[in-house]
Amino acid sequence: MDFELMVNSFPKLLNATAITLKLLSASLFFGLLIGLLFAVLRISKNPIINKFAYGYSYVFRGTPLLVQIFIIYFGLGQIEYLRTTVLWVILKEPYWCAIIAFALNTGAYTSEILRSAFQTIKPGFIEAGKSLGISNKIIFYRIQIPIAIRQSLPAYGNEIILMLKGTSLASTVTLMDLTGVAKYIISTTFKPIEVFIVAGSIYLFMTFLIHNLIKFLEKKYSF
Amino acid sequence: MELLAFGKTGWGDELFIATLMTVAVSITAMFIGFLFALIFTPLKLSKNKFFNLIGNSYTTIIRGVPELLVIYLFFFGGSGAVMYVASIFGYNEYIEINAFITGSFAIGIISGAYSTEVFRGAIQSIDKGQFEASQVLGLKRFVYFFRVIMPQMLRLAIPNLSNVWQITLKDTSLISVTGLVEIMRQSYIAAGSTRDPLFFYSFAAVLYLLLTYLSMKLINRLEIKYSRGF
Repeated sequence: MDFELMVNSFPKLLNATAITLKLLSASLFFGLLIGLLFAVLRISKNPIINKFAYGYSYVFRGTPLLVQIFIIYFGLGQIEYLRTTVLWVILKEPYWCAIIAFALNTGAYTSEILRSAFQTIKPGFIEAGKSLGISNKIIFYRIQIPIAIRQSLPAYGNEIILMLKGTSLASTVTLMDLTGVAKYIISTTFKPIEVFIVAGSIYLFMTFLIHNLIKFLEKKYSF
Repeated sequence: MELLAFGKTGWGDELFIATLMTVAVSITAMFIGFLFALIFTPLKLSKNKFFNLIGNSYTTIIRGVPELLVIYLFFFGGSGAVMYVASIFGYNEYIEINAFITGSFAIGIISGAYSTEVFRGAIQSIDKGQFEASQVLGLKRFVYFFRVIMPQMLRLAIPNLSNVWQITLKDTSLISVTGLVEIMRQSYIAAGSTRDPLFFYSFAAVLYLLLTYLSMKLINRLEIKYSRGF
Protein backbone atom coordinates (compact mmCIF):
# COMPACT_ATOMS: atom_id res chain seq x y z
CA MET A 1 0.00 0.00 0.00
CA ASP A 2 1.36 3.36 -1.04
CA PHE A 3 -0.27 5.75 1.42
CA GLU A 4 1.67 8.72 0.18
CA LEU A 5 0.18 8.31 -3.28
CA MET A 6 -3.30 8.06 -1.75
CA VAL A 7 -2.81 11.31 0.18
CA ASN A 8 -1.27 13.06 -2.82
CA SER A 9 -3.92 12.00 -5.29
CA PHE A 10 -6.81 12.95 -3.01
CA PRO A 11 -6.81 16.72 -3.82
CA LYS A 12 -6.53 16.03 -7.56
CA LEU A 13 -9.43 13.59 -7.43
CA LEU A 14 -11.47 16.00 -5.32
CA ASN A 15 -10.92 18.70 -7.94
CA ALA A 16 -12.18 16.33 -10.62
CA THR A 17 -15.24 15.58 -8.50
CA ALA A 18 -16.40 19.13 -9.22
CA ILE A 19 -16.69 18.26 -12.92
CA THR A 20 -18.50 15.03 -12.10
CA LEU A 21 -21.00 16.97 -9.99
CA LYS A 22 -21.47 19.61 -12.69
CA LEU A 23 -22.15 16.92 -15.28
CA LEU A 24 -24.53 15.15 -12.90
CA SER A 25 -26.57 18.20 -11.98
CA ALA A 26 -26.85 19.48 -15.55
CA SER A 27 -27.90 16.10 -16.91
CA LEU A 28 -30.40 15.53 -14.11
CA PHE A 29 -31.93 18.96 -14.67
CA PHE A 30 -32.40 18.50 -18.42
CA GLY A 31 -33.21 14.81 -17.96
CA LEU A 32 -36.05 15.60 -15.59
CA LEU A 33 -37.57 18.05 -18.07
CA ILE A 34 -37.27 15.50 -20.90
CA GLY A 35 -38.60 12.75 -18.66
CA LEU A 36 -41.63 14.77 -17.60
CA LEU A 37 -42.41 15.71 -21.19
CA PHE A 38 -42.17 12.12 -22.43
CA ALA A 39 -44.10 10.73 -19.45
CA VAL A 40 -46.97 13.02 -20.40
CA LEU A 41 -46.67 11.92 -24.04
CA ARG A 42 -46.65 8.29 -22.91
CA ILE A 43 -49.99 8.57 -21.11
CA SER A 44 -51.52 10.40 -24.07
CA LYS A 45 -54.38 8.59 -25.78
CA ASN A 46 -53.16 9.47 -29.27
CA PRO A 47 -51.51 6.27 -30.55
CA ILE A 48 -48.90 8.06 -32.68
CA ILE A 49 -47.66 10.31 -29.86
CA ASN A 50 -47.77 7.32 -27.54
CA LYS A 51 -45.73 5.11 -29.88
CA PHE A 52 -43.22 7.88 -30.47
CA ALA A 53 -42.62 8.33 -26.73
CA TYR A 54 -42.39 4.58 -26.25
CA GLY A 55 -39.88 4.27 -29.09
CA TYR A 56 -37.72 6.99 -27.57
CA SER A 57 -37.55 5.31 -24.18
CA TYR A 58 -37.09 1.86 -25.73
CA VAL A 59 -34.13 2.90 -27.84
CA PHE A 60 -32.37 4.82 -25.09
CA ARG A 61 -32.93 2.12 -22.50
CA GLY A 62 -31.98 -0.71 -24.85
CA THR A 63 -28.59 0.62 -25.91
CA PRO A 64 -25.48 1.26 -23.81
CA LEU A 65 -24.81 4.83 -22.72
CA LEU A 66 -21.36 4.57 -24.28
CA VAL A 67 -22.87 4.13 -27.76
CA GLN A 68 -25.11 7.13 -27.20
CA ILE A 69 -22.19 9.36 -26.22
CA PHE A 70 -20.12 8.18 -29.17
CA ILE A 71 -22.93 8.79 -31.65
CA ILE A 72 -23.41 12.32 -30.35
CA TYR A 73 -19.73 13.22 -29.93
CA PHE A 74 -18.11 11.46 -32.88
CA GLY A 75 -21.12 10.83 -35.11
CA LEU A 76 -22.94 14.14 -35.28
CA GLY A 77 -19.81 16.06 -36.18
CA GLN A 78 -19.78 14.16 -39.43
CA ILE A 79 -22.94 15.82 -40.72
CA GLU A 80 -21.67 18.76 -42.76
CA TYR A 81 -24.88 20.70 -42.43
CA LEU A 82 -24.71 20.65 -38.60
CA ARG A 83 -21.29 22.25 -38.69
CA THR A 84 -22.73 25.34 -40.34
CA THR A 85 -25.51 25.89 -37.81
CA VAL A 86 -25.45 27.55 -34.40
CA LEU A 87 -25.79 24.08 -32.84
CA TRP A 88 -22.16 23.40 -33.70
CA VAL A 89 -21.04 25.79 -30.95
CA ILE A 90 -22.54 23.31 -28.49
CA LEU A 91 -21.82 20.06 -30.33
CA LYS A 92 -18.11 20.63 -30.75
CA GLU A 93 -17.64 20.72 -26.98
CA PRO A 94 -17.22 17.26 -25.41
CA TYR A 95 -18.68 18.71 -22.20
CA TRP A 96 -22.02 19.54 -23.82
CA CYS A 97 -22.07 16.35 -25.88
CA ALA A 98 -21.74 14.36 -22.68
CA ILE A 99 -24.52 16.34 -21.03
CA ILE A 100 -26.81 15.88 -24.05
CA ALA A 101 -26.19 12.12 -24.06
CA PHE A 102 -26.66 11.82 -20.30
CA ALA A 103 -29.80 13.95 -20.31
CA LEU A 104 -31.38 11.96 -23.14
CA ASN A 105 -30.46 8.71 -21.39
CA THR A 106 -31.68 9.62 -17.93
CA GLY A 107 -34.72 11.29 -19.52
CA ALA A 108 -35.75 7.93 -20.98
CA TYR A 109 -35.52 6.19 -17.61
CA THR A 110 -37.18 9.10 -15.80
CA SER A 111 -40.08 9.07 -18.25
CA GLU A 112 -40.71 5.41 -17.43
CA ILE A 113 -40.53 6.07 -13.69
CA LEU A 114 -42.93 9.00 -13.92
CA ARG A 115 -45.28 7.17 -16.27
CA SER A 116 -45.71 4.27 -13.89
CA ALA A 117 -46.19 6.78 -11.06
CA PHE A 118 -48.92 8.56 -13.04
CA GLN A 119 -50.63 5.28 -13.79
CA THR A 120 -50.67 4.11 -10.19
CA ILE A 121 -52.42 7.24 -8.93
CA LYS A 122 -55.72 6.08 -7.50
CA PRO A 123 -58.58 7.21 -9.77
CA GLY A 124 -60.33 8.33 -6.60
CA PHE A 125 -58.00 11.31 -6.27
CA ILE A 126 -58.86 12.54 -9.74
CA GLU A 127 -62.57 11.83 -9.30
CA ALA A 128 -62.53 13.72 -6.01
CA GLY A 129 -60.96 16.67 -7.77
CA LYS A 130 -63.56 16.54 -10.53
CA SER A 131 -66.47 16.32 -8.18
CA LEU A 132 -65.17 19.41 -6.39
CA GLY A 133 -65.39 21.17 -9.73
CA ILE A 134 -61.64 21.66 -10.18
CA SER A 135 -60.55 22.11 -13.79
CA ASN A 136 -58.57 19.37 -15.51
CA LYS A 137 -55.51 21.57 -15.77
CA ILE A 138 -55.41 22.26 -12.05
CA ILE A 139 -56.08 18.58 -11.27
CA PHE A 140 -53.04 17.74 -13.36
CA TYR A 141 -50.72 20.35 -11.88
CA ARG A 142 -51.88 20.33 -8.28
CA ILE A 143 -52.98 16.73 -7.74
CA GLN A 144 -51.45 14.37 -10.30
CA ILE A 145 -47.94 15.83 -10.53
CA PRO A 146 -47.30 16.14 -6.76
CA ILE A 147 -48.56 12.60 -6.12
CA ALA A 148 -46.56 11.21 -9.04
CA ILE A 149 -43.38 12.91 -7.82
CA ARG A 150 -43.85 11.50 -4.33
CA GLN A 151 -44.57 8.02 -5.74
CA SER A 152 -41.51 8.04 -7.94
CA LEU A 153 -39.02 9.28 -5.32
CA PRO A 154 -37.51 5.87 -4.43
CA ALA A 155 -37.08 4.84 -8.06
CA TYR A 156 -35.80 8.29 -9.00
CA GLY A 157 -33.23 8.10 -6.21
CA ASN A 158 -31.88 4.94 -7.81
CA GLU A 159 -31.81 6.69 -11.16
CA ILE A 160 -29.75 9.57 -9.69
CA ILE A 161 -27.21 7.06 -8.39
CA LEU A 162 -27.12 5.27 -11.76
CA MET A 163 -26.58 8.63 -13.44
CA LEU A 164 -23.76 9.48 -11.02
CA LYS A 165 -22.07 6.28 -12.11
CA GLY A 166 -22.92 7.06 -15.72
CA THR A 167 -21.04 10.37 -15.62
CA SER A 168 -17.85 8.29 -15.45
CA LEU A 169 -18.29 7.66 -19.18
CA ALA A 170 -17.50 11.32 -19.81
CA SER A 171 -13.88 10.27 -19.43
CA THR A 172 -14.16 8.40 -22.74
CA VAL A 173 -14.70 11.68 -24.60
CA THR A 174 -11.60 13.38 -23.14
CA LEU A 175 -13.29 14.99 -20.13
CA MET A 176 -11.26 14.81 -16.95
CA ASP A 177 -13.94 13.87 -14.47
CA LEU A 178 -13.33 11.80 -11.34
CA THR A 179 -12.92 8.55 -13.29
CA GLY A 180 -10.86 10.27 -15.99
CA VAL A 181 -8.37 11.64 -13.48
CA ALA A 182 -8.31 8.32 -11.59
CA LYS A 183 -7.46 6.52 -14.82
CA TYR A 184 -4.75 9.07 -15.60
CA ILE A 185 -3.15 8.60 -12.17
CA ILE A 186 -3.38 4.81 -12.46
CA SER A 187 -1.76 4.77 -15.89
CA THR A 188 1.12 7.00 -14.78
CA THR A 189 1.83 5.35 -11.43
CA PHE A 190 0.64 1.76 -12.04
CA LYS A 191 -0.92 1.67 -8.59
CA PRO A 192 -4.53 0.74 -9.42
CA ILE A 193 -5.62 -0.42 -5.97
CA GLU A 194 -4.64 2.75 -4.10
CA VAL A 195 -6.30 5.05 -6.62
CA PHE A 196 -9.36 2.82 -6.79
CA ILE A 197 -9.77 3.04 -3.01
CA VAL A 198 -9.59 6.85 -2.99
CA ALA A 199 -11.77 7.44 -6.08
CA GLY A 200 -14.18 4.70 -5.05
CA SER A 201 -14.57 6.22 -1.59
CA ILE A 202 -15.44 9.59 -3.09
CA TYR A 203 -18.09 7.94 -5.28
CA LEU A 204 -19.43 5.93 -2.35
CA PHE A 205 -19.63 9.07 -0.24
CA MET A 206 -21.69 10.80 -2.94
CA THR A 207 -23.93 7.73 -3.29
CA PHE A 208 -24.40 7.77 0.48
CA LEU A 209 -25.41 11.44 0.45
CA ILE A 210 -27.88 10.99 -2.41
CA HIS A 211 -29.37 7.92 -0.75
CA ASN A 212 -29.95 9.79 2.51
CA LEU A 213 -31.28 12.89 0.81
CA ILE A 214 -33.91 10.79 -0.98
CA LYS A 215 -34.78 9.01 2.26
CA PHE A 216 -35.22 12.37 3.95
CA LEU A 217 -37.46 13.64 1.15
CA GLU A 218 -39.49 10.43 1.23
CA LYS A 219 -40.15 10.91 4.92
CA LYS A 220 -40.92 14.59 4.53
CA TYR A 221 -43.46 14.05 1.78
CA SER A 222 -45.00 10.82 2.98
CA PHE A 223 -48.73 10.62 3.40
CA MET B 1 -24.57 -1.02 -47.41
CA GLU B 2 -21.18 -1.66 -49.00
CA LEU B 3 -19.65 -0.93 -45.63
CA LEU B 4 -21.44 -3.92 -44.19
CA ALA B 5 -20.40 -6.40 -46.88
CA PHE B 6 -18.84 -9.64 -45.75
CA GLY B 7 -15.29 -10.48 -46.72
CA LYS B 8 -12.36 -8.16 -47.23
CA THR B 9 -14.24 -5.17 -48.55
CA GLY B 10 -16.72 -4.58 -45.75
CA TRP B 11 -17.16 -4.81 -42.05
CA GLY B 12 -20.06 -7.26 -41.97
CA ASP B 13 -18.18 -10.37 -40.89
CA GLU B 14 -16.07 -8.46 -38.37
CA LEU B 15 -19.16 -6.96 -36.78
CA PHE B 16 -20.89 -10.31 -36.76
CA ILE B 17 -17.99 -11.92 -34.89
CA ALA B 18 -17.86 -8.92 -32.57
CA THR B 19 -21.55 -9.44 -31.79
CA LEU B 20 -20.87 -13.07 -30.91
CA MET B 21 -18.05 -11.83 -28.68
CA THR B 22 -20.43 -9.46 -26.88
CA VAL B 23 -22.85 -12.34 -26.32
CA ALA B 24 -20.06 -14.63 -25.12
CA VAL B 25 -18.72 -12.06 -22.66
CA SER B 26 -22.22 -11.30 -21.38
CA ILE B 27 -23.02 -14.96 -20.77
CA THR B 28 -19.67 -15.61 -19.08
CA ALA B 29 -20.05 -12.51 -16.94
CA MET B 30 -23.61 -13.44 -15.99
CA PHE B 31 -22.40 -16.92 -15.01
CA ILE B 32 -19.51 -15.53 -12.93
CA GLY B 33 -22.06 -13.19 -11.38
CA PHE B 34 -24.22 -16.18 -10.39
CA LEU B 35 -21.20 -17.78 -8.71
CA PHE B 36 -20.63 -14.59 -6.74
CA ALA B 37 -24.32 -14.44 -5.86
CA LEU B 38 -24.13 -18.03 -4.67
CA ILE B 39 -21.45 -17.00 -2.17
CA PHE B 40 -22.76 -13.61 -1.14
CA THR B 41 -26.51 -14.22 -0.91
CA PRO B 42 -26.14 -16.61 2.07
CA LEU B 43 -23.73 -14.11 3.67
CA LYS B 44 -26.28 -11.34 3.32
CA LEU B 45 -29.06 -13.49 4.74
CA SER B 46 -26.89 -14.87 7.53
CA LYS B 47 -27.66 -13.95 11.14
CA ASN B 48 -23.96 -13.66 11.88
CA LYS B 49 -23.09 -9.94 11.94
CA PHE B 50 -19.62 -10.40 10.49
CA PHE B 51 -20.86 -12.40 7.49
CA ASN B 52 -23.56 -9.85 7.04
CA LEU B 53 -21.02 -7.05 6.91
CA ILE B 54 -19.02 -8.84 4.21
CA GLY B 55 -22.11 -9.46 2.10
CA ASN B 56 -23.38 -5.91 2.47
CA SER B 57 -19.99 -4.36 1.74
CA TYR B 58 -19.77 -6.27 -1.53
CA THR B 59 -23.15 -5.16 -2.86
CA THR B 60 -22.83 -1.59 -1.54
CA ILE B 61 -19.35 -0.95 -2.90
CA ILE B 62 -19.90 -2.51 -6.30
CA ARG B 63 -23.25 -0.85 -6.83
CA GLY B 64 -21.98 2.53 -5.64
CA VAL B 65 -18.84 2.76 -7.75
CA PRO B 66 -18.91 3.35 -11.53
CA GLU B 67 -18.48 0.25 -13.68
CA LEU B 68 -15.70 1.92 -15.63
CA LEU B 69 -13.63 2.38 -12.45
CA VAL B 70 -14.02 -1.32 -11.59
CA ILE B 71 -12.93 -2.21 -15.11
CA TYR B 72 -9.84 0.01 -14.86
CA LEU B 73 -9.00 -1.66 -11.53
CA PHE B 74 -9.07 -5.06 -13.20
CA PHE B 75 -7.42 -3.95 -16.39
CA PHE B 76 -4.45 -2.30 -14.67
CA GLY B 77 -4.39 -4.45 -11.54
CA GLY B 78 -5.49 -7.85 -12.79
CA SER B 79 -2.20 -9.29 -13.98
CA GLY B 80 -0.36 -7.71 -11.04
CA ALA B 81 -2.65 -9.47 -8.59
CA VAL B 82 -2.33 -12.82 -10.37
CA MET B 83 1.46 -12.46 -10.52
CA TYR B 84 1.53 -11.66 -6.80
CA VAL B 85 -0.43 -14.82 -5.98
CA ALA B 86 1.78 -16.82 -8.35
CA SER B 87 4.94 -15.46 -6.71
CA ILE B 88 3.77 -16.87 -3.38
CA PHE B 89 3.83 -20.26 -5.04
CA GLY B 90 7.29 -19.57 -6.40
CA TYR B 91 6.39 -18.63 -10.00
CA ASN B 92 8.04 -15.36 -10.95
CA GLU B 93 7.56 -15.07 -14.72
CA TYR B 94 5.43 -12.32 -16.24
CA ILE B 95 1.81 -13.39 -16.62
CA GLU B 96 -0.43 -11.72 -19.14
CA ILE B 97 -4.15 -12.27 -18.66
CA ASN B 98 -6.21 -12.02 -21.77
CA ALA B 99 -8.80 -9.28 -22.17
CA PHE B 100 -11.69 -11.74 -22.35
CA ILE B 101 -11.00 -13.13 -18.89
CA THR B 102 -10.31 -9.73 -17.31
CA GLY B 103 -13.41 -8.26 -18.90
CA SER B 104 -15.72 -11.12 -17.99
CA PHE B 105 -14.46 -11.04 -14.43
CA ALA B 106 -14.89 -7.30 -14.04
CA ILE B 107 -18.41 -7.34 -15.49
CA GLY B 108 -19.14 -10.59 -13.62
CA ILE B 109 -18.37 -9.03 -10.25
CA ILE B 110 -20.66 -6.10 -11.07
CA SER B 111 -23.41 -8.38 -12.34
CA GLY B 112 -22.98 -10.56 -9.25
CA ALA B 113 -23.77 -7.66 -6.94
CA TYR B 114 -27.08 -7.09 -8.71
CA SER B 115 -27.86 -10.83 -8.81
CA THR B 116 -27.15 -11.10 -5.08
CA GLU B 117 -29.73 -8.39 -4.39
CA VAL B 118 -32.26 -10.14 -6.60
CA PHE B 119 -31.80 -13.55 -4.94
CA ARG B 120 -31.88 -12.02 -1.49
CA GLY B 121 -35.14 -10.27 -2.27
CA ALA B 122 -36.63 -13.43 -3.79
CA ILE B 123 -35.74 -15.65 -0.84
CA GLN B 124 -36.97 -13.10 1.66
CA SER B 125 -40.32 -12.79 -0.04
CA ILE B 126 -41.02 -16.52 0.14
CA ASP B 127 -43.73 -17.14 2.71
CA LYS B 128 -42.32 -18.16 6.09
CA GLY B 129 -44.91 -20.95 6.27
CA GLN B 130 -43.05 -22.76 3.51
CA PHE B 131 -39.94 -23.08 5.66
CA GLU B 132 -41.99 -24.19 8.63
CA ALA B 133 -44.05 -26.67 6.62
CA SER B 134 -40.91 -28.32 5.24
CA GLN B 135 -39.55 -28.64 8.76
CA VAL B 136 -42.79 -30.15 10.02
CA LEU B 137 -42.76 -32.62 7.12
CA GLY B 138 -39.21 -33.53 8.10
CA LEU B 139 -37.80 -32.85 4.62
CA LYS B 140 -34.05 -33.13 4.33
CA ARG B 141 -32.32 -29.76 3.92
CA PHE B 142 -31.23 -30.72 0.41
CA VAL B 143 -34.71 -31.68 -0.78
CA TYR B 144 -36.25 -28.72 0.94
CA PHE B 145 -33.90 -26.25 -0.71
CA PHE B 146 -34.02 -27.69 -4.22
CA ARG B 147 -37.66 -28.80 -4.39
CA VAL B 148 -39.42 -26.23 -2.24
CA ILE B 149 -37.43 -23.01 -2.08
CA MET B 150 -35.64 -23.05 -5.44
CA PRO B 151 -38.68 -23.28 -7.74
CA GLN B 152 -40.49 -20.52 -5.89
CA MET B 153 -37.40 -18.37 -5.72
CA LEU B 154 -36.72 -18.70 -9.45
CA ARG B 155 -40.25 -17.67 -10.30
CA LEU B 156 -39.87 -14.54 -8.22
CA ALA B 157 -36.33 -13.87 -9.38
CA ILE B 158 -36.64 -14.30 -13.16
CA PRO B 159 -38.24 -10.92 -13.97
CA ASN B 160 -35.54 -9.14 -11.95
CA LEU B 161 -32.78 -11.33 -13.33
CA SER B 162 -33.84 -10.28 -16.78
CA ASN B 163 -33.06 -6.71 -15.72
CA VAL B 164 -29.66 -7.85 -14.47
CA TRP B 165 -29.06 -9.50 -17.84
CA GLN B 166 -29.91 -6.26 -19.66
CA ILE B 167 -27.54 -4.30 -17.40
CA THR B 168 -24.78 -6.89 -17.92
CA LEU B 169 -25.24 -6.89 -21.68
CA LYS B 170 -24.97 -3.12 -21.85
CA ASP B 171 -22.04 -3.01 -19.43
CA THR B 172 -19.98 -5.20 -21.74
CA SER B 173 -19.70 -2.20 -24.06
CA LEU B 174 -17.41 -0.69 -21.42
CA ILE B 175 -14.77 -3.37 -21.72
CA SER B 176 -14.01 -2.04 -25.17
CA VAL B 177 -11.64 0.31 -23.30
CA THR B 178 -9.45 -2.69 -22.51
CA GLY B 179 -9.11 -3.57 -26.18
CA LEU B 180 -11.34 -6.64 -26.33
CA VAL B 181 -12.90 -6.67 -29.79
CA GLU B 182 -16.62 -6.70 -29.10
CA ILE B 183 -19.32 -4.62 -30.81
CA MET B 184 -18.15 -1.28 -29.45
CA ARG B 185 -14.46 -1.84 -30.12
CA GLN B 186 -15.10 -3.16 -33.62
CA SER B 187 -17.28 -0.16 -34.42
CA TYR B 188 -14.52 2.10 -33.11
CA ILE B 189 -12.00 0.43 -35.40
CA ALA B 190 -14.35 0.52 -38.37
CA ALA B 191 -15.29 4.15 -37.69
CA GLY B 192 -11.64 5.08 -37.51
CA SER B 193 -10.62 3.48 -40.76
CA THR B 194 -13.66 4.51 -42.83
CA ARG B 195 -14.15 7.91 -41.17
CA ASP B 196 -17.80 7.16 -40.86
CA PRO B 197 -18.45 7.12 -37.10
CA LEU B 198 -22.11 8.12 -37.42
CA PHE B 199 -22.97 5.03 -39.44
CA PHE B 200 -20.95 2.53 -37.41
CA TYR B 201 -21.98 3.75 -33.98
CA SER B 202 -25.61 3.86 -35.06
CA PHE B 203 -25.24 0.34 -36.38
CA ALA B 204 -23.72 -0.70 -33.04
CA ALA B 205 -26.79 0.78 -31.34
CA VAL B 206 -29.01 -1.30 -33.65
CA LEU B 207 -27.03 -4.45 -32.79
CA TYR B 208 -27.45 -3.80 -29.06
CA LEU B 209 -31.16 -3.13 -29.55
CA LEU B 210 -31.47 -6.39 -31.43
CA LEU B 211 -29.69 -8.28 -28.66
CA THR B 212 -31.84 -6.77 -25.91
CA TYR B 213 -34.99 -7.38 -27.94
CA LEU B 214 -34.18 -11.02 -28.65
CA SER B 215 -33.15 -11.75 -25.09
CA MET B 216 -36.39 -10.21 -23.80
CA LYS B 217 -38.36 -12.56 -26.03
CA LEU B 218 -36.42 -15.54 -24.73
CA ILE B 219 -36.74 -14.51 -21.10
CA ASN B 220 -40.49 -13.99 -21.45
CA ARG B 221 -40.77 -17.63 -22.48
CA LEU B 222 -38.80 -18.72 -19.42
CA GLU B 223 -41.05 -16.60 -17.27
CA ILE B 224 -44.12 -18.33 -18.61
CA LYS B 225 -42.51 -21.70 -18.03
CA TYR B 226 -41.62 -21.01 -14.43
CA SER B 227 -44.84 -19.32 -13.47
CA ARG B 228 -47.06 -22.21 -14.48
CA GLY B 229 -49.51 -23.17 -11.79
CA PHE B 230 -49.84 -19.60 -10.59
